Amino acid sequence: MKRGNGFFIAGLALTCLLAALILLGFFWTPYDPNAMAAGPKFSAPSPAHWMGTDNFGRDIFSRVLQGAGTTAVIALATLAIGAVCGCLTGALTGYFGGPVDELLMRLNDGLTAFPSILLALVMISILEPGKKRSVILALGLVFIPGFARVTRTAFASLRDVNYIKSARLMGASGPRILAVHMLPNTLPVLLPALTIGFNNAVLAEASMSFLGIGVTPPDASLGYMLSEAQGMLFAAPWYAGGTGLVIVLMVFSVGLLGEGLRRDRGVL
Amino acid sequence: MKRKFLAVLLLLGLLGTVLCGCGGGSADKTPEGGQTSGSNEPAAQPAETRANEITVGIAQDLDESLDPHVAVAAGTKEVMFNVFEGLVKPTPDGDLIPAVASAFTSDAATYTFTLREGVKFHNGDPVEMGDVIYSIDRNRLPGESGAEPLIPALAAIQSMEAEGDTLTITLDQPNNEFLSYLTLAILPEDYDGQDTAPVGTGPFKFVSRAAQDNIVLERFEDYWGQGAYLDKVTFKIIENSDSILMSLQSGAVDLFAHLTSTQAAQLGDEFNIEEGTMNLVQAMYLNHAEKPFDDVRVRQALCYAIDRQQILDLAFDGYGSLIGSSMYPAFGKYFDDSLTNYYTYDVEKAKSLLADAGYPDGFSMTITVPSNYQPHIDTAQVIVEQLKEVGVTAEIQLVEWGSWLSDVYAGRQYQATVVGVDASTMTARALLERFSSTAGNNFINYNDSEYDAFFQEAVSAADDAAQTAAYKQAEANLTKNAANVYIQDLADLVAVRKGLEGVRFYPIYVLDLSGIRYTA
Amino acid sequence: MNYLLKRVLTGLATMLMVSFLTFAAFSLISGDAAIAALGTSATPERLAALRAELGLDRPLLVRYGKWLLGFFTGDLGVSISYQQPVGELLAPKIRLTLWLSLVSFLLITAVSIPLGVLTAGRRRFEGTRTALNQLGMAVPPFFTGMLLSWVFGVGLKWFAPGQFPDAKEDFAGAAVYLLFAAAALSIPRIAMTVRMLRSTVQEELGKDYVRTAIARGNDRGQVLRRHVLKNALPPVVTFLAQTMAEIVAGSIVVEQVFVIPGLGRMLVSSIGGRDYPVVQAIVVILALWVVLAGTAADLINQRMDPRLRLGGAA
Repeated sequence: MKRGNGFFIAGLALTCLLAALILLGFFWTPYDPNAMAAGPKFSAPSPAHWMGTDNFGRDIFSRVLQGAGTTAVIALATLAIGAVCGCLTGALTGYFGGPVDELLMRLNDGLTAFPSILLALVMISILEPGKKRSVILALGLVFIPGFARVTRTAFASLRDVNYIKSARLMGASGPRILAVHMLPNTLPVLLPALTIGFNNAVLAEASMSFLGIGVTPPDASLGYMLSEAQGMLFAAPWYAGGTGLVIVLMVFSVGLLGEGLRRDRGVL
Repeated sequence: MKRKFLAVLLLLGLLGTVLCGCGGGSADKTPEGGQTSGSNEPAAQPAETRANEITVGIAQDLDESLDPHVAVAAGTKEVMFNVFEGLVKPTPDGDLIPAVASAFTSDAATYTFTLREGVKFHNGDPVEMGDVIYSIDRNRLPGESGAEPLIPALAAIQSMEAEGDTLTITLDQPNNEFLSYLTLAILPEDYDGQDTAPVGTGPFKFVSRAAQDNIVLERFEDYWGQGAYLDKVTFKIIENSDSILMSLQSGAVDLFAHLTSTQAAQLGDEFNIEEGTMNLVQAMYLNHAEKPFDDVRVRQALCYAIDRQQILDLAFDGYGSLIGSSMYPAFGKYFDDSLTNYYTYDVEKAKSLLADAGYPDGFSMTITVPSNYQPHIDTAQVIVEQLKEVGVTAEIQLVEWGSWLSDVYAGRQYQATVVGVDASTMTARALLERFSSTAGNNFINYNDSEYDAFFQEAVSAADDAAQTAAYKQAEANLTKNAANVYIQDLADLVAVRKGLEGVRFYPIYVLDLSGIRYTA
Repeated sequence: MNYLLKRVLTGLATMLMVSFLTFAAFSLISGDAAIAALGTSATPERLAALRAELGLDRPLLVRYGKWLLGFFTGDLGVSISYQQPVGELLAPKIRLTLWLSLVSFLLITAVSIPLGVLTAGRRRFEGTRTALNQLGMAVPPFFTGMLLSWVFGVGLKWFAPGQFPDAKEDFAGAAVYLLFAAAALSIPRIAMTVRMLRSTVQEELGKDYVRTAIARGNDRGQVLRRHVLKNALPPVVTFLAQTMAEIVAGSIVVEQVFVIPGLGRMLVSSIGGRDYPVVQAIVVILALWVVLAGTAADLINQRMDPRLRLGGAA
């Protein structure tokens, strides 16, 4: 229990710190993130530029602050869409089974089987390319099947467990069984899936930006910056290092938080 | 025990990852040191077992049929330039010299070629008159289903007469630029494998190709002229810009063209950087059918608002040549340098022009940029910052190349776009025809009767001097009307491993490997 | 048998649906094969001619029907960009991506299952282990790939980044190269699987029947193997099957970073070139892959957990 709280506290502290920095980044950054020649080109990290500067002499720390904000917003929104729709489908089909289950799962299979970048590309082309909301919608859709599958397995394995059966016999309604009796018991599976989902959302955004179909510059996301930094690995390794580290830190702290949450619920 | 062992293993793995991160960080401070130590070894490698061959990196796959008459991608032509030749071929200076023909004469309406003796195809067959006529006809005549001919301009041929080894081509009207079309590849008549196993007469012959991986060429022993120095050239496709540097540093690649200035600056001292030009007209092209770009004052304001030198300094380390119209410096004959500084950076002037045009507070615009070409993205990023100064809020929209072609280039649905336009043949016409009001590829919707007149005059001019003068007037027209915000011709930076020499630059987009050799 | 038949049919339906979706997608996104092939030399006349030649001017359903017919007769069509039969073009790339995926999958299972099972419920270094696990999950393959190339490629020269050796000429070199790419791909997945496994095993360990079993004096390892694993594995197997499917998707980015000429890179460039016969084929292959992984997971799960047996197997 104590240990669980330790994770929770460490995760919460880190996440809050990052969240505070990101929030700060929305209002204030040391330099204008897009201002060119804020310092010399490719200058190494220094007191004036904590993370150095890039090929335009832009302050990388300011850009990372701004980019982390963009990435966080995209990842959270994606997660919201994917998790809500996915878990709902998964829970319903897992609990009720039958032909609806079959149909939805096959539809789900289809979506899973469709390469996600093609799906994302199509969505983005139909919507507006380069816009944040297009990326969010496209990624959100891509995330639904994964959540649905995990949730369905969890709910299906509980369906015929005795206490659920008895709840049913006592006349509890479907939604009530789902929400009160089954949901808490699937949390050990769902919570990790959520934190993993966040991890994946950040990654997916990075991959899409890497392939040139994500958010557009100059308002960069961390993913776009990392792909930009890749071309400058020799001249400015701190660019890739700093940006990559922030991605890692973001996912790490949210992961810790999730771990703590899970243990705090007395699952251990 | 096992558990501990595994835990230790995982720990080591993760530690390794973390250490890698630190290693990356600490090496930052001494990039020069890191590079030299990283490059000593591979430099020694080719010296020991040096076969007379090199590996050339190219950034894009030849995503086309290799048939030179069908292929259109610049990257394909760039590589296959080494495999094919026409009756004439271009020189680095922009002239045309005899190739499969040994001599030619012309009076602008009649062109006479003498077939060179002893020219062989890569399959060993001699080049005969039939092959030449076949090759020209293949481009001249309509396709099977009545499709447009491959080179519509060849319709100007009224008659072709072969007599012995002399070919006489008569045109329906005099045309000084016609010769450039006869750089078209001469192919064997009775061979239908050009798509996948091309056969030509060039200094290198095609050996093999693996899609998305490599293309192998070998020296053609029976070449008619001064053959290639190298025995074998492997083109390795490396799309990822980071991998480009790594493969150069690690010794996997000896030569890479079209590097960015950032990449060039990161290479160690085992490479020479040769600088040429890309022969592109890089500009922010404006859609004249879209408000507010239909107003010449707005377009001129944009020209004044953009500091081109700053673009070169910020995005290209100062490399590149400024331009002022749709012509690049390598085309010495047609390039008018006085247009280059027609507009000088002047924020106040830009603001007052915008005010005149009814936009005292500026406006918002979208710049569409193809996502596969970093120099244009970088240029657009600088432009966005510069336009803020005059109150214009610009937003960049990155689109895939395929979408760009369809929406911007063919569909003309855009406001502004930053790209580079090249010349398909070595003629001024190739660059300027698109701005005549009726041209099918007039993607900026330029519509100016004065321009149309100049262009017509140039096309139908009887002699070269009159033609050149008319083309220059057309160029000046584009500048004065601020048809587009002309920026630069990008620098073509070629990294060549030390010990190799002989890089030659052309006014068209080719990579001539026949002159490359190891120094003694 | 009944179940298998059903599975085959639904798998087929999935692939049909996916292939049709791709076809529809290609008519929705801007740009087509003709315009991608002609590039800036496109004129309306040339475009129309090429579209007619490629059959792009015909209605969607007609083209799909034609493709389907070809597909069932084993003809995947000809790549528009490469002018090569699609099957011939893709065969070496499938092999490569398959190898990359298999190496990654082996790496993931070989490392994560023992690690997850053995460390579950043990409390020593619990905190450090969990933190490391979280860190492993947080490192994107993208970033790992860059670091690995830089340190082991440019620095230590164990392999030449961007220069994937031909396996026929240099098998060891190719294997090392693939191993690094697979490592970049696997690290977060290993961490995820370990975590998944540990949380489910731990949950089972906390249940009464396990406590009872151990209290009765049964060997802890035996209980773990006989009872706990049986109940803890189904979600993990599902997860691993999903992993198997996702590795291929993940390999798209890793193939870009490591410049491996596999299926992923082909997919990206073919989408760019609107080369729909190639994209179509790759999408169907990937769909088949996912269907197979899903079937395998279901089969294994049902064997292990009879509660999951649905109507078909009765």
